[in-house]
Amino acid sequence: MDQIRESLLKTSIGTKRERFGRSITMAALILIAVVVISIFYFIASKGLSTFFVDKINIWDFLSGKTWNPGTTDAHGKPEVGALPMIVGSFLITVLSAIIATPFAIGTAVFMTEISPKNGARILQPVIELLVGIPSVVYGFIGLTVIVPLQRHIFGGSGFGVLAGTIVLFVMILPTVTSMTVDTLRSVPQYYRESALAIGATRWQAIYKVILRAATPGILTAIVFGMARAFGEALAVQMVVGNAPILPTNLTSPAATLTSILTQGIGNAVMGSMQNDVLWTLALILLLMSLVFNIIIRVIGKKGELK
Amino acid sequence: MNAKLTNKIATAVLYLIAGLVILLLAGLLGFILFNGVPHLSWHFLTSPSLAFQAGGGIEFQLFNSIYLLFITMIISFPIALGAGIYLNEYAKQNIFTTIIRTAIEILSSLPSVVVGLFGFLLVVVKLQLGFSILSGAIALTIFNLPLLTRSVEGSLKSIPDLQREAGAALGLSKWETVIHVIFPAALPSIVTGVVLSAGRVFGEAAALIYTAGQSAPALDFTDWNPFNAASPLNLMRPAETLAVHIWKINSEGIQPDAAQVSAGASAVLIIAVLIFNISARWIGKALYKRLTSAR
Amino acid sequence: MLENEALNTDNAPLRNIYRFGENAEIALSTHDLHVFYGDNEALSEGDLEFERYKITSLIGASGSGKSTFLRSLNRMNDNVATVKGQIMYRGIDINSKEVDVYEMRRHIGMVFQRPNPFAKSIKDNITFALKQRGMRDKNKLEEIVETSLKQAALWDQVKDDLGKSALALSGGQQQRLVIARAIAMKPDILLLDEPASALDPISTSQIEDTLLELKEKYTIVIVTHNMQQAARISDYTAFFHMGKAIEYDETRKIFTRPKVKLTNDYISGNFG
Repeated sequence: MDQIRESLLKTSIGTKRERFGRSITMAALILIAVVVISIFYFIASKGLSTFFVDKINIWDFLSGKTWNPGTTDAHGKPEVGALPMIVGSFLITVLSAIIATPFAIGTAVFMTEISPKNGARILQPVIELLVGIPSVVYGFIGLTVIVPLQRHIFGGSGFGVLAGTIVLFVMILPTVTSMTVDTLRSVPQYYRESALAIGATRWQAIYKVILRAATPGILTAIVFGMARAFGEALAVQMVVGNAPILPTNLTSPAATLTSILTQGIGNAVMGSMQNDVLWTLALILLLMSLVFNIIIRVIGKKGELK
Repeated sequence: MNAKLTNKIATAVLYLIAGLVILLLAGLLGFILFNGVPHLSWHFLTSPSLAFQAGGGIEFQLFNSIYLLFITMIISFPIALGAGIYLNEYAKQNIFTTIIRTAIEILSSLPSVVVGLFGFLLVVVKLQLGFSILSGAIALTIFNLPLLTRSVEGSLKSIPDLQREAGAALGLSKWETVIHVIFPAALPSIVTGVVLSAGRVFGEAAALIYTAGQSAPALDFTDWNPFNAASPLNLMRPAETLAVHIWKINSEGIQPDAAQVSAGASAVLIIAVLIFNISARWIGKALYKRLTSAR
Repeated sequence: MLENEALNTDNAPLRNIYRFGENAEIALSTHDLHVFYGDNEALSEGDLEFERYKITSLIGASGSGKSTFLRSLNRMNDNVATVKGQIMYRGIDINSKEVDVYEMRRHIGMVFQRPNPFAKSIKDNITFALKQRGMRDKNKLEEIVETSLKQAALWDQVKDDLGKSALALSGGQQQRLVIARAIAMKPDILLLDEPASALDPISTSQIEDTLLELKEKYTIVIVTHNMQQAARISDYTAFFHMGKAIEYDETRKIFTRPKVKLTNDYISGNFG
């Protein structure tokens, strides 16, 4: 029998290496999946024990207005109403996104449509740098600039919804802007040319054609920014005041899910009810990031259909 | 109102918005640098922090940040590389791949504080690793993996299939082709991705406060035995990083010069991010040149 | 042309596949080969034999299945298509799971339409796969680099800068380097998928000369859309149409006296 024929029927070193490579890369991928699953499992099992082990009514938890896990109210129930933090988180997130959106779109339009040269040369690198700035730095600036300013203008402590909103607005602005720029750049050039060719002014081309075409991408950028704002912990915690009460106006101190969480988790004993309720806040955060994820997916799908 | 006038007004408004944003962003950078840089000195960078008096430095925190980044990259790069290779080279379009891609997508959008809390629960408490460099590195790895994996996958995807066919036609297995042909060709862009992610990891704090801890015990820079408690290389010691330090002294600190120390530390962080951003591009370009140049 | 006109269209057969005699040495043959892309059958009944140390051309319009057929021969289609049927090589069906596909491809090499050198030095392009297969002897490797580059008619142009990046070579040089890289593995059979279609006429004729020399030692199957090229270099030619081998014969006969009307139409430029 010839040698080649025999070698064809044996397992070659190539095949062995292929099996090895395929297995270890697959193991790496599965490891990531396992991590994601365990994050959900661990946080959900901790977070749900508030309701199943400590027997706290889920509705009371979500709608209660007093947060004071160490004490009980007149009926002997623990005071664990998470509504102030839920409201605080949503309020600050939505407000910062509302302020950031026009600035982000305006700047992005300026960078891509009005002055592409300066946009690419000056603004782009600055924005990229700012996207990478650690959030504690934003928090620190909020603490040294925004909080004293708020105190000076509106009185009070200076900590509160307004300070948190401004810090988050500045923090998400670079991210939303740079994602919007990417979207606008992906609008085909002939859209602009055909709009201008039929006699539209530049603004008409921008407003009626380019921004319409880029709407799904811009929405994605905004939701992405909101997700970042909602999940931001330290920068907000440094300026928001961390008072778990329903905010009555923009300058009153407030708390967010993340701020109460970072502050409290080190102080409560593992397994106690005071600790479990904090994990429930973490679970809400986790679920909200899932919701933001789904919204982005839905926008992406709708954008594809067009 | 006629179209031309609207166009003029709109353009003016856009100039105004862009101008405001430039002012804001420049002011932000300027504020940190003007407040922080004067505070930077060799003494500041190389002396330990002080809890109650002014004049403390950031020596240990700076070292911890760098060391933690290093350990994080050692753990996360091989995993991201493996996962990226599998996704781009082996994964077929099926339900398994879709689930895993979704999982990675979700992981990348999780707030870092949630990742930190998970690290705290699993690594610090359940696995009893305590507040340590290792716990912190594991949390940062989880935080870093999705983006790094995607960047590796993207880099591999940019290498044309012609190269894969070339390897296959020579009787090389896909793995051999990927490791020796595709990976080297993708290296410039992979390195760019790694350095950019390093910048992100370097400034992360929320994932660390309950994993690497909030204290920076004194280090003995003459003791390089990783099993000694005071050794800088010890993996099991708590390690407050620069970013955590900024948070800590601002929310609970009682140093009289907390603002100055924070400003200095913030400037260091920003300069680090700047260095990471610039070097990412520079290293990528240099590597690409070396790989394709006519030597 | 006279002979062409002699073709009686009424009596012409629909297919005509050449069968080799008992004495012919067959390097590779296919039996009842079918290739599916999903549910679409791209190729059916590819029953062909390839004689050792000959050049066989596969011609036909684009989409006729000739490239699909060629790429099935060393299973380059494994990941994108389903290949059914037998491919016999040295008495075994290499289209079966028992056969080690990587080992098989060392003996049945392939060169593609677009030159695809690795982003490595000229020398490393040739030695890389050999090193992966455990060849460490430096002298031997250098010897192989020289002989294979000489066989591919590239040695004289690159012998002084073997350390140079292969990407710095011209298109024609890159393609000859790729051929040198393939023959450095000392294959039995060399499959070429339109190897000259991306090259200028001078490079093309150099590649053709190279192939004619390589024929001494290798069995060559080449897909080409260039009929003159097929006529110039090949001993046998197969004409593919709509996923079927319609006519297979000595090249001389195909181009002068085809038996099937479709072949006649194709080579006289009536379609494709």
